[in-house]
Amino acid sequence: MDNKQMWEAIGMDVATHDLLCEALPQAFGDVYLSQENRPETMDYFNMVVGDIHGIRPSELIKHQEEGGKVVGSFCIHVPDEAVIAAGAIATGLCSGSQFWVPGGEKKLPTATCALIKASLGARFDRTCPFFRICDLFVGETTCDGKKKAWEILSEDAPMHIMDIPQLKREKDFEKWESEIKDYMVKLEELTGNKITEESLEAAIKIVNDKRRALQRLNSYRKLDNVPISGRDALLIHQVAFYDDPARFTTMVNKISDELEERKQKGFGVADVGAKRIMLTGTPLSIPNWKLHQIIETSGAIVVCEEMCTGVRYSQELVDESGKTKDEMVKNLAKRYLGSINCACFTPNDSRIDDIINLAKEYNVDGVIDLNLKFCNLYDVEGYFVEKKLAEAGIPCIGIETDYTDEDAEQLKTRIGAFIEMLG
Amino acid sequence: MYYIGVDIGSTASKAVIINDSKDKILHKKVMSSGWNSKETSLEILSWIESLGIDRKDASIIATGYGRVSVPYADKVITEITCHAKGACFLYENNMTIIDIGGQDTKIIFVENGFVKDFIMNDKCSAGTGKFLEIMANRLALGLEEMFDFARQGTKINISSTCTVFAESEIISLMGKGTSKPDIAAGVVNSIASKVVALVNRKPHSKHYFLTGGFCASPYMVEELARRLDADVNTHENARFAGAIGAALLA
Repeated sequence: MDNKQMWEAIGMDVATHDLLCEALPQAFGDVYLSQENRPETMDYFNMVVGDIHGIRPSELIKHQEEGGKVVGSFCIHVPDEAVIAAGAIATGLCSGSQFWVPGGEKKLPTATCALIKASLGARFDRTCPFFRICDLFVGETTCDGKKKAWEILSEDAPMHIMDIPQLKREKDFEKWESEIKDYMVKLEELTGNKITEESLEAAIKIVNDKRRALQRLNSYRKLDNVPISGRDALLIHQVAFYDDPARFTTMVNKISDELEERKQKGFGVADVGAKRIMLTGTPLSIPNWKLHQIIETSGAIVVCEEMCTGVRYSQELVDESGKTKDEMVKNLAKRYLGSINCACFTPNDSRIDDIINLAKEYNVDGVIDLNLKFCNLYDVEGYFVEKKLAEAGIPCIGIETDYTDEDAEQLKTRIGAFIEMLG
Repeated sequence: MYYIGVDIGSTASKAVIINDSKDKILHKKVMSSGWNSKETSLEILSWIESLGIDRKDASIIATGYGRVSVPYADKVITEITCHAKGACFLYENNMTIIDIGGQDTKIIFVENGFVKDFIMNDKCSAGTGKFLEIMANRLALGLEEMFDFARQGTKINISSTCTVFAESEIISLMGKGTSKPDIAAGVVNSIASKVVALVNRKPHSKHYFLTGGFCASPYMVEELARRLDADVNTHENARFAGAIGAALLA
């Protein structure tokens, strides 16, 4: 079956979707293929992104034809381990293109972040295969916009909601444990499979391996001669959300092997004197490459993202020493609540500590605090981000933008001036 | 050697030629940016050549919104960095630069001659030259006349921050028979208050220096000074600050 037949079979609006298919290769070519000295092992990622709505969706459909289930989620607080342990496939659903935003605006207020609007647009306009394929959509309560959007999404899609605590006290960990347990029951009902100690232990190992691979990859970005561009590293983190985890781990380790060779030769991709930039803030879902592209064509290189689509995704492993299912769930809750410092928590000092520590670890020259327009949580928290970075003597600029390109020229000036200022 | 800065702004384009020891402005030129930045930049090149300067004897840096449309430039540098450099040349090394441009307003915090921080208005023309231009057009006044009228008027409050809504607001004020001087005073007042709000977002030096197209408008300078409760300095060449900075960095 070719892609078009597959898309028709899952009820997509193929004609409208074609417009996206026409635009993506150009964007990918401009941002990615135009780069010099890319690692050869990026070829795998070029391939899966080049056919992003073909290769992986067809695998998911095959899994369903064999009786399996596919579960989509929108947040890194939702543990993939539970899905894998139930024999289902987990996939990320966050949408990073303006293409889907007008569709979301049919149902949502304009003053909603582009990520939420694009996600609903992708479902209701039937223009993303992942949003057609999923048997279950897992929402969470990390912000008011999402919380209410799930109610609208549930008109059309089967939803399960996880209620994330807003603090990290002992009773909050207990609460998150019970949320994970409820989720597991839901997944067992959906798949007809029992989550056993063995299957959960194996799933924890699979996802930890993925984290180890990403941690290793990111460690090369700490080098003086950075062997991989921020754009390529971002792409890898974006693919992490929807690729087969074991295969992804293998591919990321291959890249790291190539980066190790580059390290031995002292080979870097950036010009001598390029400024080292860390991005912090709201996530950059695929295919949102706008900021990285502007930064890396303005005399700098992105060496770290303190974001869900960055180190936040892989930092801290789940403790693998759990023996009983209860212990394992406790360990999952500890990692998924305790180690992810999203702006949805109050207070959120740990995130500020992360930013300062990462800025030092990755030897950054400056930090860009990114806010996706209408994200109140990260916007407000920007106060402390800028304040603490100033106290630490690390230059920082706050940038607010969305998925459109209308502000690209202004951003080039602001980011360009920021990089010159580091100079 | 000649050092040349070409600043292609959204409204006006400026070019400055400085001497070999980088301490004297030899020539300067300002022109409308027109609709095609590249043509404007080529016109500047003809001007440079008409002065008998050989391209080979010049180092050229382009800045401003149209900086990428100057094919003969050796390098491009953003207008933030260039403005700061130019303002240091015209004023002093520790200051807060207020640049009210045609398309955006920038506040640049300079310490010891270097940009320490900066703020730009986001995606909106409130508090920029464009706001004033649109309102002046609506009142059928030139910019100079606008300031003259404003000085005679009693400030009325224009509550809309959005340029489009403010224009409608002015239309209804005109409909109600509010006088032109009062409306003009309200418009200048609106810009000054937006600019001062931007300045006050960060701790800053009280040594203010105004650059951009309004530095030749004493009324704007006075309004800003009154609101900032401090002197606002400017210079006859302040609208060339970006081009001067580019020339100095060339």
